[in-house]
Amino acid sequence: MRLEKCWFCSSTIYPGHGIEFVRNDANIFRFCRSKCHKNFKMKRNPRKVKWTKAYRRLLGKDMTQDSTFEFERKRNRPERYDRNIAENTLKAIKKIDKIRSDRASDHIKNRLKTGKIQRQKEARKQLEQDIHLVKAPLALAQDSSLYLPKIKVNVSQTRTEENQPMEG
Amino acid sequence: MVQYNFKKITVVPNGKDFIDIILSRTQRQTPTVVHKGYAISRLRQFYMRKVKYTQQNFHEKLSTIIDEFPRLDDIHPFYGDLLHVLYNKDHYKLALGQINTARNLISKIAKDYVKLLKYGDSLYRCKSLKIAALGRMCTVIKRIGPSLAYLEQIRQHVARLPSIDPNTRTILICGYPNVGKSSFMNKITRADVDVQPYAFTTKSLFVGHTDYKYLRYQVIDTPGILDRPFEDRNIIEMCSITALAHLRAAVLFFLDISGSCGYSIAQQVALFHSIKSLFMNKPLIIVCNKTDLQPLDSLSEEDMKLVMEMKAEAMKTVMGQGGEPSNEEGVLLTMSTLTEDGVIAVKNAACERLLNQRVELKMKSKKINDCLNRFHVAIPKPRDQKERPPCIPQSVLEAKARQAAEPEKRKTEKDLEDENGGAGVYSANLRKNYILANDEWKEDILPEILDGHNVYDFIDPDILLRLEELEKEEGLRQGEEEDTGFEMDGNELSPEEQEALAAIRKKKSLLIQQHRIKKSTAESRPTVPRKFDKDREFTTERMGRQLSNMGLDPSLAINRARSRSRGRKRERSLDRGGNDGGEVMDMDVDQPNKMLRVRSRSLSMSRSRSRSQPPIEVAPGEGFKDSAQKVKAHKLAKKSVRKRNKDARRGEADRVIPTLKPKHLFTGKRSIGKTQRR
Repeated sequence: MRLEKCWFCSSTIYPGHGIEFVRNDANIFRFCRSKCHKNFKMKRNPRKVKWTKAYRRLLGKDMTQDSTFEFERKRNRPERYDRNIAENTLKAIKKIDKIRSDRASDHIKNRLKTGKIQRQKEARKQLEQDIHLVKAPLALAQDSSLYLPKIKVNVSQTRTEENQPMEG
Repeated sequence: MVQYNFKKITVVPNGKDFIDIILSRTQRQTPTVVHKGYAISRLRQFYMRKVKYTQQNFHEKLSTIIDEFPRLDDIHPFYGDLLHVLYNKDHYKLALGQINTARNLISKIAKDYVKLLKYGDSLYRCKSLKIAALGRMCTVIKRIGPSLAYLEQIRQHVARLPSIDPNTRTILICGYPNVGKSSFMNKITRADVDVQPYAFTTKSLFVGHTDYKYLRYQVIDTPGILDRPFEDRNIIEMCSITALAHLRAAVLFFLDISGSCGYSIAQQVALFHSIKSLFMNKPLIIVCNKTDLQPLDSLSEEDMKLVMEMKAEAMKTVMGQGGEPSNEEGVLLTMSTLTEDGVIAVKNAACERLLNQRVELKMKSKKINDCLNRFHVAIPKPRDQKERPPCIPQSVLEAKARQAAEPEKRKTEKDLEDENGGAGVYSANLRKNYILANDEWKEDILPEILDGHNVYDFIDPDILLRLEELEKEEGLRQGEEEDTGFEMDGNELSPEEQEALAAIRKKKSLLIQQHRIKKSTAESRPTVPRKFDKDREFTTERMGRQLSNMGLDPSLAINRARSRSRGRKRERSLDRGGNDGGEVMDMDVDQPNKMLRVRSRSLSMSRSRSRSQPPIEVAPGEGFKDSAQKVKAHKLAKKSVRKRNKDARRGEADRVIPTLKPKHLFTGKRSIGKTQRR
C-alpha cells in the first residue's frame, strides 16, 4: 500500500480515495477527488490553475529545493529488514517532517516580508500625512507625537448636587 | 487414386429424397411464371430450360457419387480386400454401375424431350412434354433406390473404419480368441479396446499408436482367428486375415500358455502352422501371454516341444532376413498383461525388429543411395591416448550417494496445513523462512504509512547520520533567521500609532462614502443651504464633540457660535402656540430672509420633544408654496409607496416575483383534462 500524489493538485491520495486513469500510452494519472479529475478532463494545465501545488512551486510561492526532500525518495530496490533502521526511520520521519514544514513556512514568511515592510512604510507615511484628519494642528503642535489626542472631559458640578436630594 | 479419405464422401440421399431435392431446386432456380399469351419461342425456351436444368442437376449429383466412392482397384490392396471382405466387391461394383447407367439414361431422356420440345406448338403441349420428361427421370431414380440405400450404408460404415496407414510402421497382433491381444493393446497404446471374458469381443480391427525411439508405430488389434479351413471363415476372421496378408508389419503371435482362453496349446500351435504362410517376410515374434497363471518353464514336455517347433519356424524368418543369427531372445518372449511383466520388453523387441527390417529394405533399394550421399557422420580423431571421462563434481556425487542411501522425507507446508485444521483454519506463516540479521525480528510489523508519508521511501541505513547533519544545518539556519528577524522589527508602529492610523483610515473612508452618496444623488436631491438646517444636524454640541475629538478645546468656539446665532424664539413661540391652540401667524418682519414659519392647527405639538414627525415646515429651497401643499405632496408620495409596500416591492423598478409557481395556486390542477380526483 502506498500513498500516491494527485497528478493535478499534488496532494496525497489515501487508500480508498480518488480515481486512477490509465491512458493508452500506459501513462497513469491519479486524482485525489473528482474536482481534479474534472479539471483534467477539461484539459486544464495544473501549472496555470492557482490552487495547485504545481502552480505554487512554479511561481516560487512554495519551497521547491531543499535537502529535506532528499530523504523521501522512492527506492525500487527492497532493503532487508533491520529493526534498528526501522526504529530510527520512524523517529526520523517525524523530525524531518517538522524541519521541512518549518522551512516551508519560513520560505513563505520571507517571501511576504518585502510586502510587509512596504506596507509598514506606507502606513507610517499615511499616518504622518493624514494625522490632521484626527488631530488638529494646534493639538499636534502641543503634543508632537502621532497619537490620538487625549479628550478632556469637563466634569460638571451638578452631578454632586443631584445626588444629595436622594440622601436627604 | 483416392487417398484414405473415406470420411469425406458426401451423403448419398435415398431415392425419394433425391427426387424431392432435385425437383424443388428446379422449381426454385428456374423462372416459374408463364402465360399462354407469350411468344411460342419463349414458351418453348421456358420449358426446355426446366428439363435441361433438371437433367444437369441429376447428372452432377450422380457424378459426385460415382467419383467419391473409392474404386477398389485403385486403392491399396489392403483396403481393397478389406472392403471386399466387408461389403462384397461385386455388389459394390454393381451398385456403382447402376448409378452410372441411371445417369446416362437421364441424359438420354433429356436430349429426346428437348428435341420434342423444339416443335411444341402450344403452352399445354410444351408443359405436358416437360411433365413427361421430368416424370421419366424420376422413375429412373426410383428404380435405383435400393442401390442408393446400399451405397449410403457402405458410406456410413466406411467412414467409421479405423484410419490405418498401410505404409507406415505397423505391429500386428494376432492369435486365438481370448488370449490377451486387446489387453496388450490397451497396455501399450491409448486405445480403449473392450476386454471381456467371452470370445470374439473384438469384432473388427482397432488401431492404436505407440512410440519407440522417437518414432510412431501403429499397433493393430485383430479379432481372434480360429483354426478352420479358409473357405469356412466368417467376415470377422477374414478381416484379420486380410490385415495379415496385406500389411507389411511385425507380427506378434499370441500364445496363451495357461490355457485359460479355452483352447489348448496344441490347437494354438496348429493354427500357427496353418497361417504361417502369411508370415513370409515379416518379423515374427511369438509371445507367450498369461505367465502369471503358468510360467513357461513349468510346461509339460509335449507343449514345450510344440512351442520349440514354433520358435524354430520363427527363427527361420529371422534367418531369412539375414539378420542376427543367434539372437534367440528376440523371437520367443514371455509376458503377462495382468502383472505388466515383460510387456514393455515385448513391445521394444517388436519395434526393434521391425525397424531393422525396414531400414535394411530401404538400404537395399536404389532410393537410399541418394540420401546416403548426403549423410556423413564425423567422428573426431583422438588427439592422444589420454582418457577424458565426464567431469562430475564431488559434491554432486556425494549428494547422489546420500540420496540413494536414504530418501529424505521433508515435512512440507501442505502436511503442516493438514495437521493444523485444513485449508480454511490454518494460514501458513510466510515469515518463517525470512533471512534476517536477528531472528527475533521475523514477526515485526513495520507500518507502511506514517503521517502522510510512505515509510519505505525513507528507509536508509545511514539515516541517523543524515538526520544529524540536517539538524545541525537547521540550527544554523534558525540562528540566521533570528538575526535577520531582529533587524526587521524596528519599523513597526506602536499600538497608539496604530490606533491613530485606524481612526484616520476610518475617517477617510467615511468621507469617501459621503462624497459618493452626494455625487450619486446630487441631481435629484435639493441641496439645502446650511443655514436652513431643518434636521438640526449642525448643532453646537456636535461641533463641540468634533473639536474635542480633534484635540482642541471647543468651549470658546461654542460660545462664539451661540452668541452669533438667534435666540430661541422659535421654541418659545411654539410653546405659546401649544397653549393657545389658535392659528397664529408669526412673521418676522425684521428678518425677511429668515425662514417663514407657518403653523397649522393640526400640527400644534411641542417641537422640541419629537423630531420624528413629518416636517410640515416648508424650507425655501424645497419648492412648495405652503405647508398645505407640502402635506398634500407627502400624502401622495405615501399613497404610491403604500401600494408598492403591500407588494413587498422595494421600488418602482422592482419586478421580482418571489415564487414563480406558488403551491396554493398550482396544486391539484391538471394542464389538460378534468379534475375529478385529487
